[in-house]
Amino acid sequence: MARANAKAPPEGGVGGERERLRVAGLTKVYPTGKRALDGVDFVIATSGVTAVIGSSGAGKSTFIRCINRLVEPTSGRILLDGVDLVGLDRAGLRAARRRIGMIFQEFNLVERLTVMENVLAGRLGHVGLIDTLRRRFAPADVDAAFELLARVGLDGFHDRRADALSGGQRQRVGIARALIQRPDLLLVDEPTASLDPRTARQIMRLVRELATERATPAIVNLHDVALAREFADRIVAFSAGRIVFDDAPAALDAATLDRIYGGEDWSASAAADDDAPPAAPAVRGRVLGDDAGVAG
Amino acid sequence: MSGALTVPRRWRRSSLFGGPWQRRTLLVVFAAYCVWSVRDLPIDYTRVWRGFGRAADMLARMWPPDFGRWQILGKGMLESVQMAIAASVAGALLCVPLALCAARNLVPAPIYLTARALIVVGRTFHEVIVAILFVKLFGFGAVAGMLTLAFSSAVFLAKMIAEDIENVRPGPVEAIRATGARFGQVVVFAIVPQVVVRALGVFIYRIDANLRHSTVIGIVGAGGIGQTLAASFTRYDYDFSAAILLCIAALVALGEWFSDWVRRRLR
Repeated sequence: MARANAKAPPEGGVGGERERLRVAGLTKVYPTGKRALDGVDFVIATSGVTAVIGSSGAGKSTFIRCINRLVEPTSGRILLDGVDLVGLDRAGLRAARRRIGMIFQEFNLVERLTVMENVLAGRLGHVGLIDTLRRRFAPADVDAAFELLARVGLDGFHDRRADALSGGQRQRVGIARALIQRPDLLLVDEPTASLDPRTARQIMRLVRELATERATPAIVNLHDVALAREFADRIVAFSAGRIVFDDAPAALDAATLDRIYGGEDWSASAAADDDAPPAAPAVRGRVLGDDAGVAG
Repeated sequence: MSGALTVPRRWRRSSLFGGPWQRRTLLVVFAAYCVWSVRDLPIDYTRVWRGFGRAADMLARMWPPDFGRWQILGKGMLESVQMAIAASVAGALLCVPLALCAARNLVPAPIYLTARALIVVGRTFHEVIVAILFVKLFGFGAVAGMLTLAFSSAVFLAKMIAEDIENVRPGPVEAIRATGARFGQVVVFAIVPQVVVRALGVFIYRIDANLRHSTVIGIVGAGGIGQTLAASFTRYDYDFSAAILLCIAALVALGEWFSDWVRRRLR
């Protein structure tokens, strides 16, 4: 029943610089009236790590969640290899989500499940309900899971329960879960905000290495400007729901940062904005079922 | 030293019932009600006194308990246990869809409200009332009892589990959803692991509760040991009644011990 060899769609065959994702006029207005995104236009190629920075509430988290429609956009287009995700029905959206891996700030592992189950959760889009219940995954997927666990430094951890791991280890599992999807795009939302500075750097290095190895473009929300400078090929800055800067890290100077962060003393400590609320989904309520904006 | 001398400020925890006058009025009203209700009750002291006399007589006739009709006793007990177990299992199966529909964070509002309404209505009526209804519908005996307990178990379990589902961490749910999983898979992978241990605990508790209820609803004709007990009372077979009551006490104690034991291990 498991579609073992459902390989992700073919890699952009021509050059490395083919367009993978195009966002056009993306706008999100929450029911509260807050305009979180205001006509965002954005393109990424088939490779490279793009960091998204900006103060809390600037729209970073909404932006990344709109791409796989965990947050339903109000208007605009999101083209993944030319297919508009906004218009997709539930089945189409699930198929698109299979191609998009996501890594979260709070890791979002299922704590009572084993590491292996958490990693294999990344293959659920290719497995039927009965096999999900019986935890039957294609041998190729299990192989891939073992390989990925070894790659992220968790060799031998497969039968540990996720809640027995440290923060850094949990995020490694989160990374493995995203990568076992063999994604064509990685969405990474504040991957290091719940980690200590040293682990944060290790995790960012790992994300960067894996994105490069697998030629997968990654969009990484970061509130730590220093990490963004070090690990990204390109930095995009949001302010009040708009993109106010989009260039190589080298072009990010003090004047620009003043513009992004409103002239505060941002240089004092790049990682000290502890008072920033965690990047939780902005709308609480139903956690399920609004996939296609249709009551289901 | 003089700088530290300040007038001590007064602080009182703000009262639940507003100012002192409201509080006094409330007290007076409550006292008046107590006096009125006691005076208004038609307590016939001679009847109460005679009741004590009868109790002594009854207790005397209860001793020694008569286990002679152990076959009837055993059959009734077995029926009660079967009723309780079958009803618990049926209730557990029925409660799953109801619990999912009654979780605000999983389903659209109309389904949620319908399921909640069903639960509220189901919990309005005590097992005995439901049993009376089901005995009318399906006739005397264990079938009516089993259906009664299955129905109330399903409603009870659904309410408890739905509340747990509403309290799951949304993060893992979002993460599983983001992999392209279907609704059912999200439930299996992200919801079930978060609620299963508590749900099992509630289920075990419900088996225990069903054992107790199964002994009661027999009195209205829904089968089991309760029916045997009611029959023995109407025939003034008090020594047999005593035997039945002892057996019920033993069964309930056993059920409680079992439920405690399992739930301790689940933790």
